[in-house]
Amino acid sequence: MASSREIKRRIRSVKNVAQITRAMEMVSASKMRRAQRNVLATRPYADRLLDLMSHLNARMVGVRKGSLLESRPNVKKVALIVVTPDRGLCGSLVTNVLRRAGSFILDQQRQGREVEVFTFGKKGKDFITRTGQTLVGEASKLGDSPKFTDILGVAVGAVSGYQSGTYDEVHIIYSEFINTLVQRPSVKQLAPIQLPVEETSGPRVDYTYEPGQADVLEELLPRYVEALIYQAVLEASPASIARVW
Amino acid sequence: MPMQLEIVTAERVVLSEEVDALYAPTKAGRVGILPRHSALLTILDVGEMDIVKGNERTPYAIAGGFMEVLNNRVTILADSVERADEIDETRAERARAAAEEALRNRESNIDLAQAEGELRRAMNRLRISQIKNIRRS
Repeated sequence: MASSREIKRRIRSVKNVAQITRAMEMVSASKMRRAQRNVLATRPYADRLLDLMSHLNARMVGVRKGSLLESRPNVKKVALIVVTPDRGLCGSLVTNVLRRAGSFILDQQRQGREVEVFTFGKKGKDFITRTGQTLVGEASKLGDSPKFTDILGVAVGAVSGYQSGTYDEVHIIYSEFINTLVQRPSVKQLAPIQLPVEETSGPRVDYTYEPGQADVLEELLPRYVEALIYQAVLEASPASIARVW
Repeated sequence: MPMQLEIVTAERVVLSEEVDALYAPTKAGRVGILPRHSALLTILDVGEMDIVKGNERTPYAIAGGFMEVLNNRVTILADSVERADEIDETRAERARAAAEEALRNRESNIDLAQAEGELRRAMNRLRISQIKNIRRS
């Protein structure tokens, strides 16, 4: 039987621990709110781009060679972008993303396609090199609020690889943030871009285009892919914080 | 009658307010947009953008993007944009030096194009930041 002094001491220590974890929780909560705000703040840009692209695309006939809208009948090589957090200690988050990436790569290879990988975050990079895959570009140590320029190098690598014909498809795997308890590994096709068909709800005012319509569209496309990549990287951030928490 | 201006980057909505006029660098030259301008969609170039409200004119450095004018609303999707008095000159100067260095030790045409682009953007930011200094003094 513990003495009453020991019991009192234990009560004190439990109270201390409770205080510390509460503080940690509050820090995580505020970090997470910021991370979520970052994700939301990127929506207007991507949404506006998508709207303009759909509008332009609806009035175009055919696509240029090397355009991000051009789908290739014969897919030989695929680029995969894997987004993982730098930190560990976030439960099954990293494992789930990497498992999804692994099965994606195997599936592509079974169809006779070559896969080259770009990664964000240290965990992804370690996984790809460890399993002997081709790593062509990576960025890590991005922190909790990555800047757009932090992701641009990798993004441009994947986009220009598609435009030059090195890659016939570009995909990205990241953890989609559903809520603080649920984050789902999600695969998205970035190129060729699949545009929703614009509803023909009455004629919309048409613009004067400078230079031409097609030129404007071709400039919009890579920005859209870059914006999607940026969103995916940002979304991994609240997801990983939620997991630590 | 003023018009609504919204400047958006990949990171966030930078500005959303009513303005009286806007001057922006396009690939085809500098254009001025006044209220009730006709619908326009154009590619922006690296350069100086000016926002006019009443008697006040605020210069910005913009590194390219798009401008959409529709129904008295102007939306600028900027690759990057900075108000002149917020430009960090030391950083811009460092970027310029790095770009020049990259141009000297170029290894491929891709690097060359990239370094040239960076140099243009760095020079633009420096130039606009200096314009603001001159105007202030």
